[in-house]
Amino acid sequence: MKTLIESLHKAFESRIRLGIMSVLAVNEMQDFIALKDYLDVTDGNLASHLKSLEKEAFIGMKKSFVGRKPNTQYYITQEGRKAFEDHLRALEQLINAQKQI
Amino acid sequence: MKNEQDYLKDIAAMRSLMERSSRFLSLSGRAGILAGIYALAGAWIAIKVFGLEPGKLIPYGTGEIILRLTGVALVVLCLALGTAIFLSVRKAGKMGEKIWNPVSRRLLLYMAVPLVVGGILMLILAARGEVFLLAPASLLFYGLSLFNAGNFTYTEVRSLGLLQAALGLLGFAFPEYGLICWAIGFGMLHIAYGIYMYYRYER
Repeated sequence: MKTLIESLHKAFESRIRLGIMSVLAVNEMQDFIALKDYLDVTDGNLASHLKSLEKEAFIGMKKSFVGRKPNTQYYITQEGRKAFEDHLRALEQLINAQKQI
Repeated sequence: MKNEQDYLKDIAAMRSLMERSSRFLSLSGRAGILAGIYALAGAWIAIKVFGLEPGKLIPYGTGEIILRLTGVALVVLCLALGTAIFLSVRKAGKMGEKIWNPVSRRLLLYMAVPLVVGGILMLILAARGEVFLLAPASLLFYGLSLFNAGNFTYTEVRSLGLLQAALGLLGFAFPEYGLICWAIGFGMLHIAYGIYMYYRYER
């Protein structure tokens, strides 16, 4: 049981970070505004969660300009996808284990 | 530490985010039903008012009736589109979603490509006087467009698309029954699909 819980990645403890990973897992690219819309969070809050995921190298970003406005697109990295999938698997096992008790 | 309930909530939240960010779910079943009714009314006008006879080909070079039929088809199209947009905006509002988001943009792009190609083909067919092929062509390309759309909205839309495309091919094989195929596809299939979606997702 303990090992299962340890295999849940710390970066995914926050539901917002999990949310970011969920959106990026099914979309090639997503910009800041769209993420903000889906997750219903403030700019600052989202930015800090994005930064921490970036630090883990789970997501990457591409900056560009749309007209004159800066536009930042986020995407999931290979590492991030693997960690996210591992996390999902661990969650599934955890719930199954608890069901059996 | 989190307990089981928290993890279950996590999973529910993730699933909903994945779905909302990759599929446009504001399409309304009622829009399908109404679109079908408009199409049946259009087909009825074509037969009763303009005297189109199913089972008979429209003779070449009868410009006026073609113009009238095109007019009816365009009115049906505008009414159906208008209804679909209106009901989608309303449904999106109820669900607290925006109608114009990355997913709806993608949906429209993937629908537009087959529709524009089909539209150009129909203009070419009309210009060459192959008017009896217009109805099947519209079914075929609309079906392909829906098949594409199924990737970005309810997957049932895919099956609807395949059925429409099959009817389109049938119409090419038997052009004299093109209008009947058109009425079945745009009319009855839309109504059946709309009722199914309404009962499955909206009640």
